[in-house]
Amino acid sequence: MIWNRDIECMSRDEMRKLQDRRLIDLVAKVYNHVPFYKRKMDELGVKPTDIKGIEDIPKLPFTYKQDLRDNYPFGLFAVPMKDIVRVHGSSGTTGKPTTVGYTRNDIENWKEVTARCFSMAGITSKDIVQVSYGYGLFTGGLGAHYGAENVGCSVIPMSGGNTRRQLQLMCDFGSTVLACTPSYALHMADAMKDFGYSIDDMKLRVGVFGAEPWTEAMRHELEKKLHIHAHDIYGLSEIMGPGVSMDCEYHDGLHIHEDHFFPEIVDPETKEPLPDGTEGELVFTTLTKEGIPLLRYNTRDLSTLNHEPCACGRTLVRMRKITGRSDDMLIIRGVNLFPSQIEHVLLELGETSAHYILYVDRQNNLDTLELQVELDENHMLDTIRDLQMLTRRIEHALNSACGLTIKVTLVQPKTIARSEGKAIRVVDKRKK
Amino acid sequence: MTIQQLSVFIENHPGNLNKVLAVLADNSINIKALTIADTADFGIVRLIVSDPQKAFNALRDKHFSVQLQDILSVEMAPEPGSLYHILNLFATENVSLEYVYAFSYGSKSTLVLRTDNREKAVEIIRKNNLKSVTEADLK
Repeated sequence: MIWNRDIECMSRDEMRKLQDRRLIDLVAKVYNHVPFYKRKMDELGVKPTDIKGIEDIPKLPFTYKQDLRDNYPFGLFAVPMKDIVRVHGSSGTTGKPTTVGYTRNDIENWKEVTARCFSMAGITSKDIVQVSYGYGLFTGGLGAHYGAENVGCSVIPMSGGNTRRQLQLMCDFGSTVLACTPSYALHMADAMKDFGYSIDDMKLRVGVFGAEPWTEAMRHELEKKLHIHAHDIYGLSEIMGPGVSMDCEYHDGLHIHEDHFFPEIVDPETKEPLPDGTEGELVFTTLTKEGIPLLRYNTRDLSTLNHEPCACGRTLVRMRKITGRSDDMLIIRGVNLFPSQIEHVLLELGETSAHYILYVDRQNNLDTLELQVELDENHMLDTIRDLQMLTRRIEHALNSACGLTIKVTLVQPKTIARSEGKAIRVVDKRKK
Repeated sequence: MTIQQLSVFIENHPGNLNKVLAVLADNSINIKALTIADTADFGIVRLIVSDPQKAFNALRDKHFSVQLQDILSVEMAPEPGSLYHILNLFATENVSLEYVYAFSYGSKSTLVLRTDNREKAVEIIRKNNLKSVTEADLK
């Protein structure tokens, strides 16, 4: 089922012309309304008039997550706050979230692309959609909600957590679609038995899973356990939220809504654009965004592009499923976590050494975190209670800074392996 | 009324205590008392030794997290009920014990204790004429 055939099946030539026009408008807009971009472009000696179409895009500056942090909270917004109707934030950055703003048009476009995504998974107005992504600053819940509502589905805004209730309503309401992180879907599948349900009690037929990287093997497992067709929805708050791309029934890459989000793949070292099929960093330019338009935002996600038409009839460029990142960001239960945040917390507390190792694992399909921290040689405490209170202080500070529950274990000084080059700070034991 | 005690942090792994003991053996340090407080993940080894400062330096050199501190100690009469009698003095004054252990040397017994209120504990020891033990008594 194709929601917007005119766009999704547009010829490559027409799509390119549309993108050319939109890019020219975008560049003029950010140059005139966002001081950050005026400065960046002036530094590079690029004027808006130098950009005559997509072929000129390599002349434009990149944008990084750090740029959003540096301009926290609203410094990159291109419109006055009276035109912003919604603010979201990305999860888990040091103290400050990265904030994004949406105009009414942005919300309309978001509804459009997420509706295309849901349709791509064969979802119609007859479906009952249980949205178990978190609702709040995180874009997952509301993003999926608006898309499903736009399609005309009956939407159940469950938000995350409380698995027993999720299953109870899934059964009682006869939810046909489940939208959540793939790890939470697997957790629900495995928890059914514990709460006295079987998959035969459920009417599920489609899963819309995203907000964290997952594999084809995981897809097969979810499809088998939940008796569904599982689809991968990709997105990030900086660009829009969920709905930037999605895979169709052929599961051969994710169709990017490139009339709104122009993708490039660049070399992680040289940042030079790479041809189709070559892996590199995925970069997006938000062609239509009004609230916080971004030029060449480097997601640091690793992927490839494929411009061949798909068997489903869509001509939209496809990106390969994300398999990794070019930086050390972890995605834990949908929350972004950088090891540097942990270091920051430990240094700020100053009660242990800053030598640590983070073990990421998946138990009962939920991500778990254990942080081993070396006790400071000069900071021995004589009672168990004092040491346990120290542990709790660290756990509490980490939770405040990252929004994640991390179990802290104190270890002896000088026992965490030192490495010659880049220290090994993270051991990810989750299956790939 | 105090003697010096070493506290060493060790993780709960086989052979870990022996690494501490090896350092002491290599430095010809005699152990007079040893007690371990343990949790699932780690333990604290508390030691009374023949040469506390030397032991402290040796353990620090080997990167152990170690603390040397003066801890209250009193002599106990070698007869039934003496520990009860002493601890009762603290209980009636509402002083809480954080940890307590005892050891013998020669014909004498010594009680080592840490409370939540050191000043009051000292006062109780004085008021009741409890016989204090010092480093010199252990030589």
